[in-house]
Amino acid sequence: MTDATLSFEEAMDKYDPVLGFEVHVELNTKTKMFSSAPNVFGDEPNTNVNEVDLGMPGVLPVVNKTAIESSIKIGLALNCKIAEKCRFARKNYFYPDTPKNFQTSQYDEPIAYDGYLDIELSDGTVFRVEIERAHMEEDAGKLTHMGGATGRIQGADYSLVDYNRSGVPLVEIVTKPIEGAGSRAPELAKAYVAAVREIVKNLGVSDAKMERGNVRCDANVSLRPHGRERFGIRSETKNVNSLRAVEHAVRYEIQRHAAVLDSGEPVIQETRHWHEDTRTTTSGRAKSDADDYRYFPEPDLVPITASREWVEELRATLPEPPAARRKRLQADWGYSDLEFRDVVNAGVMDEIEETIAAGATATVARKWWMGEIVGRAKNADVDPGQLGVNPATIVELNKMVEDGKINNKMASEVLDGVLAGEGTPAEIVGKRGLAVVSDDGPLLEAIDAALAAQPGVADKIRGGKIQAIGAIVGAVMKATRGQADAGRVKELILERLGVEG
Amino acid sequence: MAAINRDDVAHLAQLAHIEMSAEELDRMAGELAVIVDSVKSVSEAAGDDVPATSHPIPLTNVFREDVVGHTFTAEQSLSGAPDAYEGRFKVPAILDED
Repeated sequence: MTDATLSFEEAMDKYDPVLGFEVHVELNTKTKMFSSAPNVFGDEPNTNVNEVDLGMPGVLPVVNKTAIESSIKIGLALNCKIAEKCRFARKNYFYPDTPKNFQTSQYDEPIAYDGYLDIELSDGTVFRVEIERAHMEEDAGKLTHMGGATGRIQGADYSLVDYNRSGVPLVEIVTKPIEGAGSRAPELAKAYVAAVREIVKNLGVSDAKMERGNVRCDANVSLRPHGRERFGIRSETKNVNSLRAVEHAVRYEIQRHAAVLDSGEPVIQETRHWHEDTRTTTSGRAKSDADDYRYFPEPDLVPITASREWVEELRATLPEPPAARRKRLQADWGYSDLEFRDVVNAGVMDEIEETIAAGATATVARKWWMGEIVGRAKNADVDPGQLGVNPATIVELNKMVEDGKINNKMASEVLDGVLAGEGTPAEIVGKRGLAVVSDDGPLLEAIDAALAAQPGVADKIRGGKIQAIGAIVGAVMKATRGQADAGRVKELILERLGVEG
Repeated sequence: MAAINRDDVAHLAQLAHIEMSAEELDRMAGELAVIVDSVKSVSEAAGDDVPATSHPIPLTNVFREDVVGHTFTAEQSLSGAPDAYEGRFKVPAILDED
Protein backbone atom coordinates (compact mmCIF):
# COMPACT_ATOMS: atom_id res chain seq x y z
CA MET A 1 0.00 0.00 0.00
CA THR A 2 1.34 3.40 -0.94
CA ASP A 3 0.52 6.43 1.13
CA ALA A 4 -0.85 9.53 -0.57
CA THR A 5 1.50 12.50 -0.71
CA LEU A 6 1.23 16.14 -1.71
CA SER A 7 3.93 17.81 -3.71
CA PHE A 8 6.54 19.36 -1.44
CA GLU A 9 5.66 22.83 -2.72
CA GLU A 10 1.96 22.40 -1.94
CA ALA A 11 2.76 20.99 1.49
CA MET A 12 4.91 24.06 2.17
CA ASP A 13 2.16 26.39 0.98
CA LYS A 14 -0.25 24.96 3.49
CA TYR A 15 1.83 23.81 6.44
CA ASP A 16 4.77 24.64 8.67
CA PRO A 17 7.05 21.72 9.56
CA VAL A 18 8.47 21.10 13.02
CA LEU A 19 11.38 18.68 13.28
CA GLY A 20 13.15 16.79 16.03
CA PHE A 21 16.07 14.39 15.93
CA GLU A 22 17.44 11.62 18.04
CA VAL A 23 20.92 10.78 16.87
CA HIS A 24 22.64 7.73 18.30
CA VAL A 25 26.42 7.82 18.25
CA GLU A 26 28.40 4.64 18.84
CA LEU A 27 31.59 5.42 20.72
CA ASN A 28 34.83 3.87 19.50
CA THR A 29 36.13 2.80 22.90
CA LYS A 30 38.19 -0.37 22.97
CA THR A 31 35.66 -2.09 25.21
CA LYS A 32 31.94 -2.08 25.89
CA MET A 33 30.09 0.39 28.08
CA PHE A 34 29.72 -1.97 31.03
CA SER A 35 31.92 -4.95 30.22
CA SER A 36 35.53 -5.52 29.19
CA ALA A 37 34.55 -7.35 25.99
CA PRO A 38 35.95 -5.71 22.85
CA ASN A 39 33.96 -3.10 20.95
CA VAL A 40 34.72 -4.28 17.42
CA PHE A 41 32.55 -4.22 14.31
CA GLY A 42 31.93 -7.25 12.16
CA ASP A 43 33.60 -10.18 13.91
CA GLU A 44 32.29 -13.74 14.17
CA PRO A 45 28.86 -13.56 15.87
CA ASN A 46 28.70 -13.86 19.66
CA THR A 47 32.45 -13.80 20.22
CA ASN A 48 32.93 -10.17 21.31
CA VAL A 49 30.85 -10.83 24.38
CA ASN A 50 31.18 -12.03 27.91
CA GLU A 51 28.72 -12.79 30.69
CA VAL A 52 27.76 -9.13 31.17
CA ASP A 53 26.81 -8.58 27.52
CA LEU A 54 24.78 -11.78 27.50
CA GLY A 55 22.85 -10.70 30.58
CA MET A 56 23.76 -13.75 32.64
CA PRO A 57 22.13 -13.89 36.07
CA GLY A 58 24.09 -12.29 38.88
CA VAL A 59 26.64 -10.43 36.78
CA LEU A 60 27.56 -6.85 37.56
CA PRO A 61 28.26 -4.05 35.09
CA VAL A 62 31.25 -1.72 35.56
CA VAL A 63 31.34 1.65 33.82
CA ASN A 64 33.98 2.31 31.16
CA LYS A 65 35.78 5.51 32.18
CA THR A 66 36.77 6.38 28.63
CA ALA A 67 33.13 6.17 27.56
CA ILE A 68 32.20 8.70 30.25
CA GLU A 69 34.98 11.02 29.11
CA SER A 70 33.89 10.68 25.48
CA SER A 71 30.31 11.46 26.48
CA ILE A 72 31.39 14.59 28.36
CA LYS A 73 33.44 15.67 25.34
CA ILE A 74 30.41 15.25 23.08
CA GLY A 75 28.34 17.29 25.54
CA LEU A 76 30.92 20.05 25.57
CA ALA A 77 31.22 20.09 21.79
CA LEU A 78 27.43 20.49 21.61
CA ASN A 79 27.66 23.49 23.94
CA CYS A 80 25.82 21.55 26.65
CA LYS A 81 25.94 21.88 30.39
CA ILE A 82 27.55 18.84 32.00
CA ALA A 83 25.63 17.40 34.95
CA GLU A 84 27.57 17.58 38.20
CA LYS A 85 25.84 14.38 39.16
CA CYS A 86 23.92 11.89 37.07
CA ARG A 87 22.95 8.25 37.13
CA PHE A 88 21.97 5.35 34.94
CA ALA A 89 18.47 3.94 34.69
CA ARG A 90 16.90 0.75 33.46
CA LYS A 91 14.63 0.97 30.46
CA ASN A 92 12.54 -2.17 30.69
CA TYR A 93 11.25 -3.96 27.62
CA PHE A 94 11.10 -7.47 26.26
CA TYR A 95 12.75 -7.99 22.94
CA PRO A 96 15.47 -10.46 21.96
CA ASP A 97 17.97 -7.72 21.06
CA THR A 98 18.43 -7.13 24.78
CA PRO A 99 19.18 -10.28 26.76
CA LYS A 100 18.74 -8.54 30.12
CA ASN A 101 15.18 -7.47 29.27
CA PHE A 102 16.24 -3.94 29.97
CA GLN A 103 18.59 -1.47 28.37
CA THR A 104 20.89 0.42 30.68
CA SER A 105 20.33 4.05 29.79
CA GLN A 106 19.85 7.43 31.41
CA TYR A 107 16.42 8.87 32.06
CA ASP A 108 15.86 11.85 34.30
CA GLU A 109 19.52 12.71 34.73
CA PRO A 110 21.37 12.86 31.41
CA ILE A 111 25.09 13.57 31.55
CA ALA A 112 24.72 16.60 29.22
CA TYR A 113 21.82 18.97 28.63
CA ASP A 114 20.77 22.40 27.31
CA GLY A 115 23.12 22.82 24.39
CA TYR A 116 22.95 24.08 20.84
CA LEU A 117 24.57 23.66 17.49
CA ASP A 118 24.82 26.32 14.81
CA ILE A 119 24.19 24.67 11.46
CA GLU A 120 25.42 26.27 8.28
CA LEU A 121 23.16 25.65 5.29
CA SER A 122 24.41 25.40 1.73
CA ASP A 123 23.99 29.12 1.01
CA GLY A 124 25.80 30.12 4.18
CA THR A 125 22.67 30.77 6.29
CA VAL A 126 23.24 29.78 9.92
CA PHE A 127 20.41 28.01 11.74
CA ARG A 128 20.60 27.30 15.47
CA VAL A 129 19.40 23.87 16.61
CA GLU A 130 18.80 23.60 20.35
CA ILE A 131 19.97 20.41 22.05
CA GLU A 132 17.70 19.09 24.78
CA ARG A 133 20.08 16.47 26.11
CA ALA A 134 22.79 13.95 25.36
CA HIS A 135 22.61 10.81 27.43
CA MET A 136 24.61 7.61 27.71
CA GLU A 137 23.29 4.16 27.03
CA GLU A 138 24.29 0.83 25.54
CA ASP A 139 23.61 -0.55 22.10
CA ALA A 140 21.50 -3.66 21.58
CA GLY A 141 22.28 -6.90 19.77
CA LYS A 142 21.64 -7.35 16.07
CA LEU A 143 18.64 -9.32 14.88
CA THR A 144 18.39 -10.94 11.48
CA HIS A 145 14.88 -12.00 10.54
CA MET A 146 14.78 -15.25 8.61
CA GLY A 147 12.17 -16.69 6.29
CA GLY A 148 9.31 -14.72 4.81
CA ALA A 149 10.36 -11.64 2.90
CA THR A 150 14.09 -11.68 3.57
CA GLY A 151 15.20 -9.32 6.26
CA ARG A 152 11.74 -8.09 7.16
CA ILE A 153 10.03 -9.01 10.36
CA GLN A 154 6.67 -9.34 8.57
CA GLY A 155 6.30 -12.99 7.71
CA ALA A 156 9.60 -14.00 9.32
CA ASP A 157 9.69 -17.51 10.73
CA TYR A 158 12.40 -16.86 13.28
CA SER A 159 15.15 -14.41 14.11
CA LEU A 160 18.87 -14.92 14.70
CA VAL A 161 20.65 -12.83 17.30
CA ASP A 162 24.26 -11.71 17.44
CA TYR A 163 25.15 -9.96 20.69
CA ASN A 164 28.52 -8.58 19.55
CA ARG A 165 26.99 -5.10 19.40
CA SER A 166 25.27 -5.57 22.73
CA GLY A 167 26.73 -3.16 25.26
CA VAL A 168 28.59 -0.97 22.76
CA PRO A 169 28.60 2.54 24.30
CA LEU A 170 26.12 4.95 22.78
CA VAL A 171 25.42 8.60 23.26
CA GLU A 172 21.93 9.63 22.24
CA ILE A 173 21.63 13.28 21.26
CA VAL A 174 18.11 14.68 21.42
CA THR A 175 17.13 18.05 19.97
CA LYS A 176 14.42 20.38 21.17
CA PRO A 177 11.62 20.86 18.64
CA ILE A 178 13.09 22.68 15.64
CA GLU A 179 10.76 25.39 14.38
CA GLY A 180 11.05 27.88 11.58
CA ALA A 181 13.01 25.82 9.06
CA GLY A 182 10.15 26.01 6.54
CA SER A 183 11.00 24.64 3.13
CA ARG A 184 14.61 24.22 4.20
CA ALA A 185 13.60 21.51 6.68
CA PRO A 186 14.95 18.59 4.61
CA GLU A 187 18.22 20.40 3.98
CA LEU A 188 18.52 21.37 7.63
CA ALA A 189 17.88 17.76 8.65
CA LYS A 190 20.76 16.55 6.52
CA ALA A 191 23.03 19.39 7.60
CA TYR A 192 22.28 18.78 11.28
CA VAL A 193 23.09 15.09 11.15
CA ALA A 194 26.18 15.87 9.08
CA ALA A 195 27.27 18.38 11.72
CA VAL A 196 26.83 15.89 14.56
CA ARG A 197 28.73 13.26 12.62
CA GLU A 198 31.48 15.75 11.87
CA ILE A 199 31.75 16.74 15.52
CA VAL A 200 32.01 13.22 16.91
CA LYS A 201 34.48 12.24 14.20
CA ASN A 202 36.53 15.34 14.89
CA LEU A 203 36.51 14.58 18.61
CA GLY A 204 37.85 11.13 17.79
CA VAL A 205 35.19 9.53 20.01
CA SER A 206 33.39 7.67 17.22
CA ASP A 207 34.33 6.14 13.88
CA ALA A 208 31.23 8.02 12.68
CA LYS A 209 30.57 5.72 9.72
CA MET A 210 26.87 5.92 9.00
CA GLU A 211 26.97 2.89 6.71
CA ARG A 212 28.17 0.86 9.68
CA GLY A 213 25.56 2.29 12.00
CA ASN A 214 28.06 4.31 14.05
CA VAL A 215 25.74 7.28 13.66
CA ARG A 216 22.03 6.56 13.38
CA CYS A 217 19.20 9.01 13.11
CA ASP A 218 15.53 8.89 14.09
CA ALA A 219 13.73 11.81 12.51
CA ASN A 220 10.56 13.30 14.00
CA VAL A 221 8.35 15.31 11.72
CA SER A 222 5.06 17.10 12.37
CA LEU A 223 3.14 19.74 10.47
CA ARG A 224 0.88 22.54 11.63
CA PRO A 225 -1.05 25.11 9.65
CA HIS A 226 0.88 28.36 9.19
CA GLY A 227 0.36 30.69 12.10
CA ARG A 228 -0.65 28.03 14.60
CA GLU A 229 1.57 27.68 17.64
CA ARG A 230 0.51 24.22 18.84
CA PHE A 231 2.49 21.37 17.30
CA GLY A 232 0.83 18.79 15.11
CA ILE A 233 1.03 15.06 15.80
CA ARG A 234 4.43 13.69 14.90
CA SER A 235 5.77 10.56 13.31
CA GLU A 236 9.17 9.13 14.15
CA THR A 237 11.04 7.67 11.21
CA LYS A 238 13.61 5.07 12.18
CA ASN A 239 16.44 3.49 10.29
CA VAL A 240 17.51 6.64 8.49
CA ASN A 241 21.14 5.82 8.11
CA SER A 242 22.72 8.02 5.50
CA LEU A 243 22.80 11.78 5.13
CA ARG A 244 20.89 11.63 1.88
CA ALA A 245 18.29 9.38 3.48
CA VAL A 246 17.77 11.88 6.31
CA GLU A 247 17.00 14.59 3.79
CA HIS A 248 14.74 12.35 1.73
CA ALA A 249 12.91 10.91 4.73
CA VAL A 250 12.08 14.34 6.16
CA ARG A 251 10.91 15.52 2.77
CA TYR A 252 8.77 12.43 2.25
CA GLU A 253 7.20 12.62 5.70
CA ILE A 254 6.31 16.29 5.17
CA GLN A 255 4.59 15.35 1.91
CA ARG A 256 2.81 12.39 3.50
CA HIS A 257 1.64 14.31 6.58
CA ALA A 258 0.32 17.09 4.35
CA ALA A 259 -1.78 14.60 2.39
CA VAL A 260 -3.14 13.05 5.62
CA LEU A 261 -4.05 16.46 7.04
CA ASP A 262 -5.59 17.55 3.74
CA SER A 263 -7.84 14.50 3.78
CA GLY A 264 -9.21 15.67 7.13
CA GLU A 265 -7.81 12.66 8.98
CA PRO A 266 -5.57 13.04 12.01
CA VAL A 267 -1.92 12.03 11.68
CA ILE A 268 -1.27 8.87 13.67
CA GLN A 269 1.52 9.10 16.21
CA GLU A 270 3.63 6.15 15.20
CA THR A 271 7.01 4.80 14.25
CA ARG A 272 7.70 4.81 10.51
CA HIS A 273 10.30 2.69 8.78
CA TRP A 274 12.43 4.23 6.06
CA HIS A 275 12.98 2.26 2.87
CA GLU A 276 15.93 3.39 0.86
CA ASP A 277 14.85 1.47 -2.25
CA THR A 278 11.49 3.19 -2.68
CA ARG A 279 12.37 6.34 -0.71
CA THR A 280 9.17 6.02 1.25
CA THR A 281 8.22 5.14 4.80
CA THR A 282 5.83 2.49 6.01
CA SER A 283 3.94 2.26 9.25
CA GLY A 284 5.67 0.52 12.13
CA ARG A 285 3.96 0.01 15.40
CA ALA A 286 1.74 2.69 16.88
CA LYS A 287 2.93 4.23 20.12
CA SER A 288 1.32 2.10 22.76
CA ASP A 289 1.92 0.27 26.00
CA ALA A 290 5.13 -1.06 24.54
CA ASP A 291 6.58 2.38 25.24
CA ASP A 292 5.79 2.15 28.92
CA TYR A 293 9.37 1.42 29.86
CA ARG A 294 9.01 1.72 33.64
CA TYR A 295 12.38 3.43 34.05
CA PHE A 296 13.98 3.22 37.44
CA PRO A 297 17.48 4.04 38.74
CA GLU A 298 19.97 1.27 37.94
CA PRO A 299 20.77 -0.25 41.33
CA ASP A 300 23.94 -1.99 40.10
CA LEU A 301 25.72 1.22 39.11
CA VAL A 302 26.60 4.07 41.43
CA PRO A 303 26.07 7.66 40.23
CA ILE A 304 28.57 9.58 38.12
CA THR A 305 29.87 12.89 39.40
CA ALA A 306 31.68 15.17 37.00
CA SER A 307 33.76 17.62 39.00
CA ARG A 308 34.26 20.99 37.38
CA GLU A 309 38.02 20.32 37.34
CA TRP A 310 37.52 17.09 35.40
CA VAL A 311 35.17 18.81 32.93
CA GLU A 312 37.67 21.62 32.38
CA GLU A 313 40.49 19.12 31.91
CA LEU A 314 38.42 17.43 29.22
CA ARG A 315 37.44 20.74 27.66
CA ALA A 316 41.14 21.56 27.33
CA THR A 317 41.63 18.43 25.22
CA LEU A 318 38.91 19.28 22.71
CA PRO A 319 40.17 19.64 19.15
CA GLU A 320 39.48 22.64 16.97
CA PRO A 321 35.71 22.81 16.32
CA PRO A 322 34.65 21.89 12.78
CA ALA A 323 33.53 25.41 11.87
CA ALA A 324 36.93 26.81 12.85
CA ARG A 325 38.60 23.93 11.08
CA ARG A 326 36.75 24.77 7.87
CA LYS A 327 38.00 28.35 8.04
CA ARG A 328 41.55 27.13 8.53
CA LEU A 329 41.40 24.51 5.77
CA GLN A 330 40.02 27.03 3.28
CA ALA A 331 42.91 29.37 4.06
CA ASP A 332 45.48 26.54 3.90
CA TRP A 333 44.18 25.25 0.60
CA GLY A 334 43.75 28.67 -0.96
CA TYR A 335 40.25 27.92 -2.27
CA SER A 336 37.86 30.76 -3.04
CA ASP A 337 34.65 31.01 -0.96
CA LEU A 338 32.69 29.51 -3.81
CA GLU A 339 35.17 26.68 -4.42
CA PHE A 340 35.26 25.85 -0.75
CA ARG A 341 31.48 25.94 -0.32
CA ASP A 342 31.12 23.63 -3.31
CA VAL A 343 33.57 21.23 -1.71
CA VAL A 344 31.70 21.31 1.61
CA ASN A 345 28.31 20.93 -0.05
CA ALA A 346 29.55 18.04 -2.13
CA GLY A 347 30.62 16.40 1.14
CA VAL A 348 34.23 15.85 0.14
CA MET A 349 36.12 18.15 2.51
CA ASP A 350 37.43 15.30 4.65
CA GLU A 351 38.29 13.30 1.55
CA ILE A 352 40.24 16.21 0.12
CA GLU A 353 42.07 16.66 3.40
CA GLU A 354 43.00 12.96 3.40
CA THR A 355 44.10 13.16 -0.21
CA ILE A 356 46.33 16.13 0.55
CA ALA A 357 47.72 14.25 3.53
CA ALA A 358 48.49 11.36 1.16
CA GLY A 359 50.67 13.67 -0.92
CA ALA A 360 48.47 15.52 -3.41
CA THR A 361 48.41 19.31 -3.73
CA ALA A 362 45.20 21.15 -2.78
CA THR A 363 44.51 21.93 -6.44
CA VAL A 364 45.02 18.34 -7.54
CA ALA A 365 42.86 16.95 -4.72
CA ARG A 366 40.03 19.33 -5.57
CA LYS A 367 40.31 18.62 -9.29
CA TRP A 368 39.93 14.89 -8.71
CA TRP A 369 37.19 14.95 -6.11
CA MET A 370 35.08 17.68 -7.64
CA GLY A 371 35.88 16.90 -11.27
CA GLU A 372 35.86 13.13 -11.37
CA ILE A 373 34.45 11.57 -8.24
CA VAL A 374 31.47 13.71 -7.22
CA GLY A 375 29.80 13.14 -10.59
CA ARG A 376 30.35 9.38 -10.42
CA ALA A 377 28.94 9.31 -6.88
CA LYS A 378 25.87 11.18 -8.06
CA ASN A 379 25.35 8.66 -10.85
CA ALA A 380 25.81 5.77 -8.44
CA ASP A 381 23.52 7.51 -5.94
CA VAL A 382 25.95 7.27 -3.02
CA ASP A 383 27.93 9.77 -0.97
CA PRO A 384 31.28 10.51 -2.67
CA GLY A 385 33.22 9.14 0.31
CA GLN A 386 31.40 5.83 -0.05
CA LEU A 387 32.29 5.32 -3.68
CA GLY A 388 35.46 3.45 -2.76
CA VAL A 389 38.15 5.83 -3.99
CA ASN A 390 41.05 6.00 -1.61
CA PRO A 391 43.46 8.93 -1.42
CA ALA A 392 46.43 6.77 -2.46
CA THR A 393 44.69 5.94 -5.74
CA ILE A 394 44.32 9.62 -6.56
CA VAL A 395 47.93 10.34 -5.70
CA GLU A 396 49.07 7.45 -7.89
CA LEU A 397 46.86 8.46 -10.81
CA ASN A 398 47.98 12.03 -10.58
CA LYS A 399 51.63 11.04 -10.54
CA MET A 400 51.11 8.97 -13.69
CA VAL A 401 49.60 12.03 -15.37
CA GLU A 402 52.39 14.32 -14.18
CA ASP A 403 55.03 11.84 -15.31
CA GLY A 404 53.41 11.80 -18.72
CA LYS A 405 52.63 8.08 -18.54
CA ILE A 406 48.94 8.65 -19.10
CA ASN A 407 46.87 11.70 -19.91
CA ASN A 408 43.80 13.02 -18.09
CA LYS A 409 41.37 11.20 -20.30
CA MET A 410 43.12 7.87 -19.66
CA ALA A 411 43.34 8.63 -15.95
CA SER A 412 39.58 8.96 -15.86
CA GLU A 413 39.28 5.59 -17.57
CA VAL A 414 41.73 4.06 -15.09
CA LEU A 415 39.65 5.44 -12.24
CA ASP A 416 36.62 3.65 -13.65
CA GLY A 417 38.71 0.48 -13.66
CA VAL A 418 39.73 0.97 -10.03
CA LEU A 419 36.09 1.46 -9.04
CA ALA A 420 35.12 -1.64 -10.99
CA GLY A 421 37.62 -3.57 -8.86
CA GLU A 422 40.06 -4.32 -11.67
CA GLY A 423 43.09 -3.58 -9.53
CA THR A 424 45.52 -0.78 -8.81
CA PRO A 425 46.00 2.05 -11.32
CA ALA A 426 49.32 0.57 -12.47
CA GLU A 427 47.73 -2.83 -13.03
CA ILE A 428 44.85 -1.33 -14.99
CA VAL A 429 47.15 0.75 -17.18
CA GLY A 430 48.96 -2.49 -18.02
CA LYS A 431 45.84 -4.58 -18.54
CA ARG A 432 44.02 -2.08 -20.68
CA GLY A 433 47.12 -1.15 -22.64
CA LEU A 434 46.74 2.48 -21.72
CA ALA A 435 49.93 4.39 -22.19
CA VAL A 436 50.70 7.67 -23.71
CA VAL A 437 52.49 7.46 -27.06
CA SER A 438 55.87 8.72 -25.97
CA ASP A 439 57.85 7.47 -28.90
CA ASP A 440 58.46 10.69 -30.80
CA GLY A 441 58.40 8.97 -34.22
CA PRO A 442 54.63 8.52 -34.59
CA LEU A 443 54.07 11.86 -32.85
CA LEU A 444 56.28 13.73 -35.30
CA GLU A 445 54.47 12.11 -38.19
CA ALA A 446 51.14 13.29 -36.81
CA ILE A 447 52.56 16.75 -36.09
CA ASP A 448 53.94 17.14 -39.60
CA ALA A 449 50.58 16.09 -41.03
CA ALA A 450 48.74 18.57 -38.82
CA LEU A 451 51.10 21.41 -39.65
CA ALA A 452 50.77 20.67 -43.34
CA ALA A 453 46.99 20.62 -43.06
CA GLN A 454 46.88 23.97 -41.25
CA PRO A 455 49.66 26.08 -42.77
CA GLY A 456 48.02 29.31 -41.59
CA VAL A 457 48.18 28.20 -37.99
CA ALA A 458 51.78 27.10 -38.44
CA ASP A 459 52.63 30.59 -39.67
CA LYS A 460 50.92 32.19 -36.70
CA ILE A 461 52.97 30.10 -34.30
CA ARG A 462 56.14 30.90 -36.16
CA GLY A 463 55.17 34.54 -35.89
CA GLY A 464 55.06 34.22 -32.09
CA LYS A 465 51.33 33.52 -31.57
CA ILE A 466 52.07 30.53 -29.38
CA GLN A 467 48.46 30.28 -28.14
CA ALA A 468 47.42 29.18 -31.65
CA ILE A 469 49.20 25.89 -30.93
CA GLY A 470 45.98 24.41 -29.48
CA ALA A 471 44.60 23.69 -32.94
CA ILE A 472 47.67 21.64 -33.88
CA VAL A 473 47.77 19.83 -30.53
CA GLY A 474 44.08 19.01 -30.93
CA ALA A 475 44.66 17.56 -34.40
CA VAL A 476 47.55 15.44 -33.11
CA MET A 477 45.53 14.18 -30.17
CA LYS A 478 42.75 13.25 -32.56
CA ALA A 479 45.13 11.46 -34.86
CA THR A 480 46.61 9.48 -31.96
CA ARG A 481 43.16 8.79 -30.46
CA GLY A 482 44.04 10.62 -27.28
CA GLN A 483 47.03 8.40 -26.59
CA ALA A 484 49.57 11.22 -26.79
CA ASP A 485 50.98 13.28 -23.97
CA ALA A 486 49.74 16.76 -24.80
CA GLY A 487 52.72 18.39 -23.07
CA ARG A 488 55.21 16.47 -25.14
CA VAL A 489 53.25 17.19 -28.32
CA LYS A 490 53.48 20.91 -27.57
CA GLU A 491 57.25 20.72 -27.11
CA LEU A 492 57.70 18.83 -30.34
CA ILE A 493 55.58 21.27 -32.34
CA LEU A 494 57.62 24.21 -31.08
CA GLU A 495 60.83 22.36 -31.84
CA ARG A 496 59.57 21.55 -35.30
CA LEU A 497 58.77 25.17 -35.99
CA GLY A 498 61.94 26.42 -34.36
CA VAL A 499 60.07 28.57 -31.86
CA GLU A 500 61.18 29.11 -28.27
CA GLY A 501 58.43 27.91 -25.87
CA MET B 1 -7.53 5.52 48.35
CA ALA B 2 -5.16 2.98 46.93
CA ALA B 3 -2.86 4.37 44.22
CA ILE B 4 -2.93 1.07 42.38
CA ASN B 5 -5.98 -0.84 41.20
CA ARG B 6 -6.72 -4.13 39.50
CA ASP B 7 -6.39 -2.68 36.00
CA ASP B 8 -2.97 -1.27 36.87
CA VAL B 9 -1.84 -4.67 38.05
CA ALA B 10 -3.14 -6.33 34.88
CA HIS B 11 -1.30 -3.71 32.81
CA LEU B 12 1.95 -4.21 34.71
CA ALA B 13 1.63 -7.97 34.44
CA GLN B 14 1.27 -7.63 30.69
CA LEU B 15 4.31 -5.35 30.45
CA ALA B 16 6.34 -7.74 32.57
CA HIS B 17 5.15 -10.76 30.57
CA ILE B 18 3.65 -12.38 33.68
CA GLU B 19 0.52 -14.42 33.18
CA MET B 20 -1.92 -13.87 36.04
CA SER B 21 -5.29 -15.43 36.78
CA ALA B 22 -8.31 -13.37 37.83
CA GLU B 23 -7.83 -14.47 41.44
CA GLU B 24 -4.16 -13.51 41.39
CA LEU B 25 -5.00 -10.10 39.97
CA ASP B 26 -7.53 -9.51 42.75
CA ARG B 27 -5.11 -10.59 45.44
CA MET B 28 -2.10 -8.68 44.04
CA ALA B 29 -4.15 -5.50 43.59
CA GLY B 30 -4.83 -5.57 47.30
CA GLU B 31 -1.26 -6.46 48.32
CA LEU B 32 0.37 -3.93 46.02
CA ALA B 33 -2.03 -1.23 47.22
CA VAL B 34 -0.79 -1.82 50.76
CA ILE B 35 2.83 -1.63 49.62
CA VAL B 36 2.25 1.55 47.62
CA ASP B 37 0.47 3.14 50.59
CA SER B 38 3.36 2.19 52.86
CA VAL B 39 5.85 3.78 50.49
CA LYS B 40 3.67 6.86 50.43
CA SER B 41 4.04 7.25 54.20
CA VAL B 42 7.82 7.32 53.71
CA SER B 43 7.55 10.16 51.21
CA GLU B 44 5.40 12.03 53.71
CA ALA B 45 8.17 11.73 56.30
CA ALA B 46 10.85 13.10 53.95
CA GLY B 47 10.38 16.79 53.24
CA ASP B 48 11.16 18.59 49.99
CA ASP B 49 14.65 19.32 51.29
CA VAL B 50 15.54 15.61 51.34
CA PRO B 51 16.74 14.44 47.93
CA ALA B 52 15.44 11.10 46.70
CA THR B 53 17.86 8.27 47.35
CA SER B 54 18.57 6.00 44.44
CA HIS B 55 21.72 4.52 45.92
CA PRO B 56 22.14 4.06 49.67
CA ILE B 57 25.95 3.88 49.58
CA PRO B 58 27.69 7.28 49.33
CA LEU B 59 29.89 6.19 46.46
CA THR B 60 30.29 7.64 42.96
CA ASN B 61 32.49 7.13 39.90
CA VAL B 62 33.30 3.44 40.14
CA PHE B 63 35.08 3.06 36.83
CA ARG B 64 36.95 0.51 34.79
CA GLU B 65 39.85 1.42 32.51
CA ASP B 66 39.14 0.84 28.82
CA VAL B 67 41.19 -2.35 28.55
CA VAL B 68 39.99 -5.48 26.77
CA GLY B 69 39.36 -8.43 29.05
CA HIS B 70 38.00 -11.91 28.54
CA THR B 71 35.47 -12.98 25.94
CA PHE B 72 33.49 -16.11 25.18
CA THR B 73 33.78 -18.31 22.14
CA ALA B 74 30.58 -18.67 20.11
CA GLU B 75 30.16 -22.18 21.58
CA GLN B 76 30.44 -20.82 25.11
CA SER B 77 28.01 -18.00 24.34
CA LEU B 78 25.46 -20.40 22.94
CA SER B 79 25.97 -23.21 25.46
CA GLY B 80 22.86 -22.27 27.41
CA ALA B 81 20.72 -21.25 24.44
CA PRO B 82 17.50 -23.21 23.88
CA ASP B 83 18.15 -22.99 20.15
CA ALA B 84 20.95 -21.74 17.92
CA TYR B 85 21.84 -21.55 14.25
CA GLU B 86 25.16 -20.69 12.61
CA GLY B 87 26.70 -19.22 15.71
CA ARG B 88 23.69 -17.14 16.62
CA PHE B 89 20.83 -17.40 19.04
CA LYS B 90 17.66 -18.57 17.34
CA VAL B 91 14.51 -16.97 18.70
CA PRO B 92 10.88 -16.93 17.61
CA ALA B 93 9.98 -14.04 15.31
CA ILE B 94 8.21 -11.46 17.42
CA LEU B 95 5.59 -9.95 15.21
CA ASP B 96 3.92 -7.31 17.28
CA GLU B 97 7.08 -5.34 17.86
CA ASP B 98 9.86 -4.15 15.63
